Amino acid sequence: MKLPTETLSGIPINEVYTPGDVRGQRAEDTVGRPGAYPFTRGIHADMYRGRLWTMRQFAGFGTAEDTNQRFRYLLDHGQTGLSVAFDMPTLMGYDSDHPRALGEVGREGVAIDSLADMEALFQGIPLDRVTTSMTINAPANVLLAMYVAVAEQQGVARDRIGGTTQTDMLKEFIAQKEWIVPPRPSMRLIQDMLVFGTRHLPKWNVISISGYHIREAGSTAVQELAFTLADGIAYVQAGLEAGLDVDTFAPRLSFFFDVHNDFFEEIAKLRAARRMWARIMRERFKATNPRSWWLRTHAQTAGVSLTAQQPLNNIARVAVQALAAVLGGTQSLHTNSMDETYALPTEEAVTVALRTQQILAYESGVASTADPLGGSYFVEAMTDRIEEAAWEYIGAIDDLGGMVAAIESGYPMREIAEASFRYQQQVERGEHIVVGVNAFTVPEERSIPILRIDPDVERRQVARTQRVRGDRDAARARRCLDALRGAAEGSGNTMDSILECVKAYVTLGEICGVLRGVYGEYREPAII
Amino acid sequence: MARALRLLLAKPGLDGHDRGIKVVARALRDAGYEIIYTGLHQTPEMIVNAAVQEDVDAIGLSILSGAHNVLFPRVVDLLREKGVADIPVFGGGIIPEEDVPGLRAAGIGKIFNPGASLEEIVRWVRENVRPRGLAA
Repeated sequence: MKLPTETLSGIPINEVYTPGDVRGQRAEDTVGRPGAYPFTRGIHADMYRGRLWTMRQFAGFGTAEDTNQRFRYLLDHGQTGLSVAFDMPTLMGYDSDHPRALGEVGREGVAIDSLADMEALFQGIPLDRVTTSMTINAPANVLLAMYVAVAEQQGVARDRIGGTTQTDMLKEFIAQKEWIVPPRPSMRLIQDMLVFGTRHLPKWNVISISGYHIREAGSTAVQELAFTLADGIAYVQAGLEAGLDVDTFAPRLSFFFDVHNDFFEEIAKLRAARRMWARIMRERFKATNPRSWWLRTHAQTAGVSLTAQQPLNNIARVAVQALAAVLGGTQSLHTNSMDETYALPTEEAVTVALRTQQILAYESGVASTADPLGGSYFVEAMTDRIEEAAWEYIGAIDDLGGMVAAIESGYPMREIAEASFRYQQQVERGEHIVVGVNAFTVPEERSIPILRIDPDVERRQVARTQRVRGDRDAARARRCLDALRGAAEGSGNTMDSILECVKAYVTLGEICGVLRGVYGEYREPAII
Repeated sequence: MARALRLLLAKPGLDGHDRGIKVVARALRDAGYEIIYTGLHQTPEMIVNAAVQEDVDAIGLSILSGAHNVLFPRVVDLLREKGVADIPVFGGGIIPEEDVPGLRAAGIGKIFNPGASLEEIVRWVRENVRPRGLAA
């Protein structure tokens, strides 16, 4: 068995690196210092000494009550931020009693249909004391409105709620594929959220520009980086077109990257990402606030890298990937659980994943100095190579007319499908070793305990949603939906109308139904 | 000359994870099969209608949302209702081992677990999918 001589993305690896391999520019232009432009070495001068990364495990299953319990468990065990996973019907804008939700309710995340569910989800959790990340895209406007409404009920002012909605529809069209309306109206709805967030929610990150799903769909590290930054460029342009000043919203754009198996390539990817975004913001968009230049990022270990075979090995994979995320300078981190190729993780598996982060933070010493790998010939050279390759892709997307046009032409989807198939073939031919899969296999697999979702969840959730619809002020609900339709057809800010809808216990499916009616539903061309 | 066998590959349910099915589609196409891919977010009704219209020899389903116990058997039931129960159905995705006997009993010919190789899938199709009788 041979060791790899190129990275997972196909960049050749030399036997040894020397000063001659690092780009011949002034050190302050490229490597520089942590906390200084272009932030290759990190966005803060003292990095984790000043503020450790946020340990943020993604959780959500069953009903809002089930997830509320998992949240409290994680907070009790030292987790510092919440992260909500929603079920498929919620992600697609359907209520739990919609025919298309059959069999899906509460399976892959928590089911949220109305404000009543959101109230239960955050029961007993003061929203001024936690930050919450919501992995929600197409109906992000609805979930953000519900969060604002729950904060209002708790008496927490809008300027004190902190967190993130993912709201990255471009990567949905590219990779994750949960959508409601077509790309252009999706961008308009995001503009409305950006304007609302900029006016009212100074601590909310309205968009988390996500490479994670692009990578999980089979892209290379370079494609992940390039497509994500190109998505970011499109959102900044959308903000400018909505009349916002770049420095009023750019500081609250955040990012989300995958951290895969190739240790140094992943570290280099995160370093290149910061340097490129700083340049994009300062040079292309003329942002003057240094915070607009920062690429703040969440990172998650690579679900796609986990294997069904010998699942305990996944604990080691996750530890290596998490170390790369930390050495790459992430601001927050989710570590995957060993059992995720089978089902949602059990409590025990999640705890091991969280403990992995705590061991890195408090036992290993890797967080004690800023960017300990800065100046490594290999890491700096790899950072340069990845950056160069990613600029080429961004140039190609600019030539196609930007990311929205590129998506309409199917370009990023085709590039990913090619890379993904190439990789799978390399694994099957044994050119990439995957331990336990094409090497070091064992005939008998031991089984691990997995989480089962109570089949009664769907029935209980459907009953609650129907009760909510029956109990609310029907005339008020109808008025709110009419107002939303008017805003969506015209140029009013849809966020204001959606907030009124959720407070009147109008459901997510009803709100998204109005948007489908106005803008039509998106259908993807099926590209193999 | 015999026509290439036609396979319908389909994504029932709402999840958008299509890396796996696309890779499988490419591998089966390279192995000489004619592949019809439905695209995402299909209901069992849409899948069975497509299978009948396209007169396929087998259906491969992929789901990663956990709704397989509801949606896979529904596809088989609908095939029966339409009188085309001879179309074999196979599937894969995030499917726990414990669910496999129930799915087999419901009429799913084969469930590939998350660790299945392309070679294994192609071999199974080669050994188990036969041309369906031409319409009389």
